[in-house]
Parts: sequence; structure tokens; C-alpha cells
Amino acid sequence: MNAEIPVLDVRQVTKVYGQGDATVHALRGVSLTVERGDYVAIMGASGSGKSTLMNILGCLDIPSTGRYHIDGTDVGRLDERQLAILRNQKIGFVFQAFNLIPRMSALANVELPLAYGGVKAGERRRRALAALDLVGLAERTRHDPNELSGGQQQRVAIARALATAPSLLLADEPTGNLDTASTLDVLGILDRLSLSGRTIVLITHEDDVAAHAKRVIRLVDGQIIEDRRQAAVDGPPPRHAEVTA
Amino acid sequence: MNAWEVLRFAVRGLTANKMRSVLTTLGILIGVAAVILLVAVGEGTSRAITQNIQQLGANTLTISPSTSGGGGGGGGFARALGFGGGGGAGGQGSGPRTQAKDLTVDDARALADRNNAPSVRSVSPVVTAPSQPAVYEGASHTIQQLVGTYPAYFETSNKPVVKGGYFTADDVLAARKIVVIGQTVAEDLFGAVDPLDKQITIGGVPFTVVGVLKEAGSSGGFQDADDLAIAPLPAVQQSLTGFGPLGQVIVQATSADTVDAAQDEVTSILNQRHGITGTQAADYRILNQATLQETVATATGTFTVLLAAVAGISLLVGGIGITNIMLVTVTERTREIGIRKAIGAPRNAILGQFLAEATMLSLIGGLLGVALGVLGSQFSVAGVQPVVVPTSVMLALGVSVAIGLFFGGYPASRAAKLRPIEALRHE
Repeated sequence: MNAEIPVLDVRQVTKVYGQGDATVHALRGVSLTVERGDYVAIMGASGSGKSTLMNILGCLDIPSTGRYHIDGTDVGRLDERQLAILRNQKIGFVFQAFNLIPRMSALANVELPLAYGGVKAGERRRRALAALDLVGLAERTRHDPNELSGGQQQRVAIARALATAPSLLLADEPTGNLDTASTLDVLGILDRLSLSGRTIVLITHEDDVAAHAKRVIRLVDGQIIEDRRQAAVDGPPPRHAEVTA
Repeated sequence: MNAWEVLRFAVRGLTANKMRSVLTTLGILIGVAAVILLVAVGEGTSRAITQNIQQLGANTLTISPSTSGGGGGGGGFARALGFGGGGGAGGQGSGPRTQAKDLTVDDARALADRNNAPSVRSVSPVVTAPSQPAVYEGASHTIQQLVGTYPAYFETSNKPVVKGGYFTADDVLAARKIVVIGQTVAEDLFGAVDPLDKQITIGGVPFTVVGVLKEAGSSGGFQDADDLAIAPLPAVQQSLTGFGPLGQVIVQATSADTVDAAQDEVTSILNQRHGITGTQAADYRILNQATLQETVATATGTFTVLLAAVAGISLLVGGIGITNIMLVTVTERTREIGIRKAIGAPRNAILGQFLAEATMLSLIGGLLGVALGVLGSQFSVAGVQPVVVPTSVMLALGVSVAIGLFFGGYPASRAAKLRPIEALRHE
């Protein structure tokens, strides 16, 4: 874990969908580095390519051209099996639509990435419970997703993303489907995670959400047009004091 | 992820949608049970038929005259099968062999010789008079065949009497005009009246009824097996056929094992008596019951194959059902596969889970199907006691499990190969 190697190193990444007349250039050459402990908000209108960028960062999709390193590992050189390990160990992904597996308890959902990571059952349970405790859901571990509120489901999803202690937490509009109170809950959790040194990249189109990040990147038409720092990488997130107050 | 883990995931996946799992299992169950049951019924039927044929007269040889190749007297085989319908004049020099000798009562006596033919248990010379008009007090009926023979005939050709009795060797010696009639004759002539000791006129000659044969039932074919009458040989010869040649001689061997030996003995005795040597074609033919049984066994084998084909089709339909539900299941869960991939599930873990689910469904369904099929085979269907064929059990189970595995595994493998984002976008 060399501090000089950035967690994320994206170079001239493009993404093209479709062919011929229907060609869509979702990303037109994005370069970006994110250092360890940073808290980045990527903003942009719908169609700006921010979700495409997020999917590429999370190794859910592959770029058309360009290179992408996570923790110094060139993602483009990995095969299917190594990619699965990378997704499991290095990345925690939080979706707008929560994407919990239905009919599996909160605990089982959080244990899932640990199971795929080959963690033994006892250890798995301990870590899953710890992650659920971290998001304030220690009391609801036995509930199925459909018995939880949206905010609670998203907190379970965050616990799941954190369970394997990844280098990078990616959140794709994590508050997009939530009411104000739940949004504050989730942002408070992210602030605390950032305070504890976790690297976070989130996507949002709301300024209120972006205000919590240490750095804001604005995307328009698949290109970065603004990269603004709101707080130091090794300092606390700017709104942390307000949320906890 | 060890195997135990994969199994637990599979169980969780199955219990997550109980209705679907139950229906899939049911589809497999029915397919497997249908195959096992149908094949068992086929096998049971085939065995029942074989048994019936054995009852028709086990260990018997039917000797009939033959004009050996070309010319008249064709249909010898049909006559033999029908116990000599119209066979009275068989072999009467109409063929090219002018020296052909008829079967005679002396031939029959020679065959009954214990020294020359130790494998022969009994010999029944037979003459038949086809289509004999019979009258009883105004009621008339044409008896399809009137058989003149010896008492041993009843046992040899498996024609037991249910009412009254048989005629005896004494009756034969005295050429008494007595007769044992079949069910059809009894019903047509007497109706509800007890036919015993009544006198009927057959071909203008009065006969006294001494017994009624057990109903043979329509044992297939166009002839009514119950439309016959059996009388002492000389009585029939005297009054109806004359003392000409015999239609047939029916020989019963001492046991099933000695049928072939008996055939050899009969052949050598008849060859000697008829002066047949070397390459000369015989002027008689011997129908071996065992040969007939083989023929019929082939026929019933075909029948079993037919049933198996029907069963195979039901298995195929069941298989398509399995295929369908497996495809739907996997397609429906593509999104779930995407989620699992996004949190770092290796392809093998996903494939393993779906394969384990498919295996469990097919195995549970298959085994329940086997249980049901075997259980169902304990009950008789339309008078046939089904006999479970182990091969059909293995085949049905194997095919359904294979189908379940393939069509559970293939789409899952396809979904597991998708990029996570493609699987996640799937709705």
C-alpha cells in the first residue's frame, strides 16, 4: 500500500455505444486520478456520461479506449477471474436502486461478498455484523430487503460494499431514491467513512450532496469541465461537523 | 466458496421461490413417472400374452400334412394355428408329390410308442369338420369347427371343461356320439337352459352334450375360440368326415425341456413310416409351440417398444417443460446474477449455484417420479399387472436430470459470461 500510488488512475478513457448513425460518445477522453482518502463527487446532468464513468470505475463495464489502474493494477490486463477478485476485494459498489438480493436477509446480503471472497463462516458473520453495526442496522440483521425502508436498504447496501474492506467505495447516486431524512443518514455515514480515511467516489446531480465531498468534478458531454477541491485530501470532509451536530 | 457453500446458496435460491420450484419438480416427476409406468404396463402386457400362449398348450407339437412346396394345399400354417379348420383333406395328393402319404391314426399310434418316442407324453389325432350346422329344439347354430379327437386333446390344447365332464378313452373306442361344446355354441343353442345330457343334431347326426368348455375369450384373431365342439374321433369320422386322413396330430412333450427332443423323435418316426429319406422333403410339417412363442414374443416386444415410444414422447414434453422453466428462471434472475457479479462473484460460483439448483430440482423431481412410477406399477391397469423395467427407470431418471442440468446450466453459463452492467440492466 504505497501512498504515492493513487487509488484511481484513469487515462484518456472513452466509451462509445452503438455503431454508424446511432453512435453515442458517452465518454470523450476522461483522465482522472484519485488519491487515497479523497472523497470525490462527480456531478453532471443526465446524459453527461457520469454513470458510464462510474460503471467503468467499478469494473462493471469496459472502456472503448484508454487505460485504467486501480491501486496500481492495470484493469485492462485482467482476465475474467482476476476481475471478479478485483471487484470483490478492491471495490465496494453502492447502487442507486440498492440492488440487494431479494428474499435474503440483510445479514446474508452483507455476507455475500465475503462468501465469494472465501472468508470462513464465523469470520464472515463477525465482519458482516460489524459492517451492519457501522451503518446503524445491528438490530435489523434478520430482515429481508422488502421488510426494510429505502434508507435502511441503502444502508445495508453500504454495509455490503464495506464488508470486504475495499480500497475504494463507489456510490452511484446513492441518495437518488431516498427521502430527505434517509439522505442525511446515508451522507452522514459516508462522511464518517471519509473521516476514517476511506476513499469514496460518488455520483450525484444534487449540489447538497456534492457539498459533502472534498472534491467536486463536473462532467458535461463526456468530458471533465471542472475539477474543484473543497477540502484537503487528508482533512475531514467539509460538512462533517454540520451533519453530526 | 466450497461445495457446501454452493449447495447452501442453491437451497436458498430454491426456497426463495417455492411455487416455481414445486412446479418444476412436478413437471419432471410426471415425465419420469409416465415413462416408468408406460413401459411397466407394456412389459406386463407382454408377459401376460406370453403366459396366455403358454396356456393355449404348452410343450406341444402340431403335426399337419404338407404338400411341401407349390401346388394346392396352401394355408397349412393357418390351419395349424386354427387347430385344423378345414384341414381334413390336407395333403390329398393335390401337390406335385404323388407319393405323399396322409397322416393316419396308425401314425399317431406309432408316435405314442414309449420306446421309440420317450419324450412324448400324449398324442391326440385330430379331424376337424368345419361349419357344421347344429340344431337343438328349433334353435340352430353353425359350429365353426367340430373336432374329433382323443381325450388327451383337452389337456394338450388347454381346453378345460367348466360344466359336465370330458369323454373318455372308452367313449372313443365305442365311438359314442357324445360331444363337449364351447361357450358360444352353448349360448346360441341353449340360452339359459342347461345343455348337459341334451341331445343336439350336428350335421344330421344326434350327439349328446356331456360338457361345456371353459370360456377361452376372444384370444385375438378373427375366429371365435369358443365356437367349437369336441367329440370322440371315431364318432366324428363315422358320421361326418369319413375314415380318411387326419387333419392334425397334436403331440405333447413330457416337459418344456423335451419339446425339441420330442420333435426329433416325431420326425424320425414319421420319416420312417412315410419313407422319407435324405434330402427328400417331408410330407408333413411340425409346428413347435416354442417357435410360436418366439414369434409372439417378438410381436409383444414391438408393442412394448411402441409404449416406450409414447413414454419417450411424454419424457420429451416433460423435458421441454423443464427446459422452459429453467430458461425462464435464469432469465428472470439475470439481474440477480449481475448483482452477484458486481460484488465480486466469480463465474464458477454463479454457474455452480445454478447447476446445483438445477441438479436438485431434477434429482428430487426424478426420484419422486421413480417412486411414483414404481408405486403406480403395483396396481393392475385394465387387468394387466405392470412389471417395472429397471432400464426404463435409469433412462427416465438419466434423461430428465440431463435435460435439467443442461438447460439449467447453459443459460446460467451464458448469463454468468455477461459483463455485470449488461446483466444488471436486464429487466
